[in-house]
Amino acid sequence: MPTKEQFTAQVTLPSDTEVRVTRSFHAPRALVWQAHTVPELMKQWLGYPGWSMPVCIMDVRLGGKYRWRWHSDEDGQEFGFFGTFSEVSEPATLSYDQYYDAGNFESAMPAETPTIIRSTYTERDGITTLVTLMDFGSKEARDAAISTGMTDGMEVSYQRLDALVEGEEGK
Amino acid sequence: MHASHRLDLTFAALADPTRRAILARLARGEASVAELAAPFKMSQPAISKHLKVLETAGLISAGHEANRRPRKIEGRPMKEAVAWLEEYRMFWERRYQALDELLVQMQATPPKSKRKRR
Repeated sequence: MPTKEQFTAQVTLPSDTEVRVTRSFHAPRALVWQAHTVPELMKQWLGYPGWSMPVCIMDVRLGGKYRWRWHSDEDGQEFGFFGTFSEVSEPATLSYDQYYDAGNFESAMPAETPTIIRSTYTERDGITTLVTLMDFGSKEARDAAISTGMTDGMEVSYQRLDALVEGEEGK
Repeated sequence: MHASHRLDLTFAALADPTRRAILARLARGEASVAELAAPFKMSQPAISKHLKVLETAGLISAGHEANRRPRKIEGRPMKEAVAWLEEYRMFWERRYQALDELLVQMQATPPKSKRKRR
């Protein structure tokens, strides 16, 4: 049996405010959809190293709400995201807005402006391609989000972000 | 120059197909403005404008040879821009590798069938 092709994530910047992440999976899209919408499944992969996901509430329907929260195993800090589903077309399209929930976790992420996220799932020959388009509303928020994803240690990256913001203000 | 501002300049400079073609040409070796203009249906002043954008972003530099001033590619800003996105890409890739494993498990244990095993 030939070895399966190893897929890798691709990231592009379609506009000043957006990021597009594309990745294919060796699975039917109904399963990839489930992995993104069923809390017990989401908790198994949708994380950050060293953080557990004690809160994952999903009311997947038009106008339904979701809330995710991560907990640092090391120091008990928490943060999360929440929002509302604006398009639910199982298993093809899922759109939602996303607000940052700072919890007790110091950060420079603004909570006011939501990120608009649209995920499309297409299946061909048993391979599902997931395209996630995220519109952060401004170039600053977009770039900050990319920069916070830069390291495994969230805290380290937030400190870097703070330094970055201070650097910009000091100009 | 601040790192994030430099990234802005880099991405803005890369957002144009002519400038990307110029970089692709310079990746093969240095070239004069006339040599760079040759493959394009553009005047030398138009090409010079593009070169100025690339130069401001630090993506290319001009040599000191009198008259010819050959342009050459500078790798550092490009490396920084690629590294910035690459770290973010890896963040998603690590998550998706965990998802790969989950999807394998999900397919290995299909929902229980009502049909009796023989």
